[in-house]
Amino acid sequence: MSTDAISTLTAEMPSRPLVARLHEWVTTVDHKRLGILYILYALFFLVIGGIEAAIMRIQLIRPHYNFVSPGLFNQMFTMHGTTMIFFVVMPLLFGFANYLIPLMIGARDMAFPRLNAFSFWLTAFGGIFLYFSFLGANGLYGAGSAPDVGWFAYAPLTSQTFSPGHSTDFWTLSLLVSGFGSIGTAINIIATVLCMRCPGMTLGKMPLLVWLNLVMAVLVILAVSPLTAAQVMLLVDRYLGGHFFDTQAGGSAVIWMHFFWIFGHPEVYVLVLPAFAFISEIVPVFSRKAIFGYPAMVAASICIAFIGMSVWAHHMFTVGMNSNANTFFVLTTMAIAVPTGIKIFNWLATMWGGKIHFKTPMLFAIGFLFQFLIAGLTGIMLGVAPFNWHLGNSYFVVAHFHYVIVGGILFAAFGAFYYWFPKMSGKMYSEALGRLHFWLFVIGFHLTFDFMHIPGLLGMPRRIYTYEPGRGWDTWNLIVTIGVFFQAAGILIFLGNLLWSYFRGETAGSDPWDAWTLEWSTSSPPPEWNFPVVPVVRSRRPLWDLKHPSDPDWKYE
Amino acid sequence: MAGQRPLGLAEELMARSLVNCEKAREMGDRSSTNWRTRFAVQVIVLLCLPVGALAAPADPSFSPTNIFAPVSTPAHSIFGLSLFALAVTAAIFVIVFSLLVCCVVKFGKRADDDGREPPQVYGSNQVELAWTVIPILIVVVLFMATARVIASIQKAARPANAIQVIAIGHQFWWEYRYPGLKVVTANELHLPVSDPGHPTPTFITLLSADTDHSFWVPRLAGKTDLIPNHPNTMWFDPQQTGLYLGQCAQYCGTQHAKMLLRVYVQSGDEFNRWIEEQSQPAHASAAVSEGQRIFETTACINCHAVAGTAADGRFGPDLTHLMSRETIASGAAPNTPENLRLWIQNPDAIKPGSKMPAMGLSDHELDAVTAYLATLR
Repeated sequence: MSTDAISTLTAEMPSRPLVARLHEWVTTVDHKRLGILYILYALFFLVIGGIEAAIMRIQLIRPHYNFVSPGLFNQMFTMHGTTMIFFVVMPLLFGFANYLIPLMIGARDMAFPRLNAFSFWLTAFGGIFLYFSFLGANGLYGAGSAPDVGWFAYAPLTSQTFSPGHSTDFWTLSLLVSGFGSIGTAINIIATVLCMRCPGMTLGKMPLLVWLNLVMAVLVILAVSPLTAAQVMLLVDRYLGGHFFDTQAGGSAVIWMHFFWIFGHPEVYVLVLPAFAFISEIVPVFSRKAIFGYPAMVAASICIAFIGMSVWAHHMFTVGMNSNANTFFVLTTMAIAVPTGIKIFNWLATMWGGKIHFKTPMLFAIGFLFQFLIAGLTGIMLGVAPFNWHLGNSYFVVAHFHYVIVGGILFAAFGAFYYWFPKMSGKMYSEALGRLHFWLFVIGFHLTFDFMHIPGLLGMPRRIYTYEPGRGWDTWNLIVTIGVFFQAAGILIFLGNLLWSYFRGETAGSDPWDAWTLEWSTSSPPPEWNFPVVPVVRSRRPLWDLKHPSDPDWKYE
Repeated sequence: MAGQRPLGLAEELMARSLVNCEKAREMGDRSSTNWRTRFAVQVIVLLCLPVGALAAPADPSFSPTNIFAPVSTPAHSIFGLSLFALAVTAAIFVIVFSLLVCCVVKFGKRADDDGREPPQVYGSNQVELAWTVIPILIVVVLFMATARVIASIQKAARPANAIQVIAIGHQFWWEYRYPGLKVVTANELHLPVSDPGHPTPTFITLLSADTDHSFWVPRLAGKTDLIPNHPNTMWFDPQQTGLYLGQCAQYCGTQHAKMLLRVYVQSGDEFNRWIEEQSQPAHASAAVSEGQRIFETTACINCHAVAGTAADGRFGPDLTHLMSRETIASGAAPNTPENLRLWIQNPDAIKPGSKMPAMGLSDHELDAVTAYLATLR
């Protein structure tokens, strides 16, 4: 009876008017729809941020080139950095967390569905507000001016003296607003994970993805709060006569750096832990083996979060801290390599002895492992403070963190897209297009970011709109720019693949990967209530237990 | 000399990768998949090459701002430490990357796969312990080496004969003061060469007049920031005469890119002569009195100083010995009369967004002011 009512309702859905369907997306509190909204929002800004990057790379294709003005170039790198961190990677990862966590812990929604919707719309408003600066920064006086203070907006460049008008205010307010959204989502994730797990799922039986997102959510609260505080102080400085960062009145520019980086470095782990989470799900399934060393993986994640709170000043080795402070931050920075290394070794051990299926998600996971290894090693070089006195603020550091964010996090996120696309859409993506995307992106990525290290070693600082000839930087910059076009082609193939597969793809079925976590036990896409019957689990891989009743996991855990 | 050590590293890298190839070949023979192994070997060698190449270009002719061509004590100790860090990370890379390639090559699903799941392994405490303890040991060693270099640079004592310079960052140029020598100049720093046997290091106090800047001349030292309200110091002892280039390395506003650094390291005699010349007041010439009058009755003197005249502005570079400098606009253009005239007429043509305003002078006035400035030797 009830099933009939449901199928009638489902059958009627497509015939409802477009406005009504869109209205549902706006008013929804369903974690899956909000997750998809986050992801679509992030994809939109990924394209925008990518265009900004391309503009910068064209400007730098040769010395003394005049493609854009210095002012516009400075706006481009400010907007590119702010957009990619706050309005691409964070929403993307929050989107997957939103979509997957309830499904993976056998819950029917997040703990606070309305807070969830509120958080998304705050984040969405923040991004739109930031981009409104292109149009409206001077209000009624005409054309706008986007912020041009850099994504870490060092004082006193942000003071009224050096940044008149409202461009810096757009930056401050948009991050303030989206920051509240992030904190809301973090609270929601913590409450969901702690309170909504299905019967049998103790903390020690949660999928690693859930664990890593739990740690990420704790870090968001710890990291975004100081940023929010700093933004409020900056607003007080700019409009209420405060002198926190106003160096002309005795304020401290260095205090802003501390505030920003005690947000900024944990933020790196906020972004990378969910990427670890994707890899920790994809690698076992496509190697056909249980994750190696689950307790060590959980411990390493918590360890990364702890140490990650005490490394921030390695972004400040050049600001003139005394030798004791520099030495301390060298130690913490190098220490964090240990738990990170443990993770890489465990993933490799998971692959070792398996039967690896080289589907697109696994290709991206292998790309992640390779690139994240290099990113970690250049990170160790940067952690060597005297080496950092050269490398910091050079193109080497730009190459390093793009290796982390693109080569690591974005590759993992692409893997996640292909892995969970069948679950979210009910359709299978095109494997051929997926591979094409992978190879184009690998080529583009390595052309751009491998060769970007070299001008840094040859003394090229970041954030310069042009450079002098005769410094030995020309060829490297040309190669770096060429790589951008391969990456752009890869992204277009990716978006095309998503669209084509959504409308024309084959039906995926509930469990196309023969996987082991709970989200694959329900239909694709899952019904609004996720599970017809709340599942009961006995191990970390409930579907393995179902598929291998004679040799279930719970015997060994 | 400096060129040889990193090449040695590159060779070592190659050797390591070849050793790994041998290992991989042995493994390949056992599983009788030679083509896979050969592919893996090629991939490993190919990917190790750029890592070696990174350390290879230690030649100043490769780039005048190469960090691997040091000419001072702190730059040399950073260089040594950098090579050590590169060697350690390269070794880790080769090992872990070889493991990854082995996984991919050895454990790919075969065409004749029987469809059964592989044996499930859940973990091993011994193995976890091993790959926790070994990295900890590596970290300890690298940390000790780093701490030693930090202390040797940051805690170095200042000898009595050290040259003292105050560098002040401005949007978008550098002001240099030699306290005690009564010299103020801009954008082109002159220093005496330091004999390693009897060093005369230079200690620079770093200040800022506005936003954050950073002093980075890669061949002389690592960078140190100039932050308003936060005086910093740095030191180096340039051991070869010559011109060393660099540029501002902390984003400071619109023209951050053209805030270039030029450091002239001279012999002791040349340096003393330069100081002697720079400490003189401006050279007066009746032939250019019209240009001087225009200069002193327009807004020029709000920002610029010419010692011994009415001009005593401090927002812009001191022009007392303007013609002793090879460049104008903080290194953005050669110091020729044509460039000087263009700079006064329309600064945006050379450096758009600089703080120098277009003075709106007539052609005649421009010629007169340029002629006046050309006498400031």
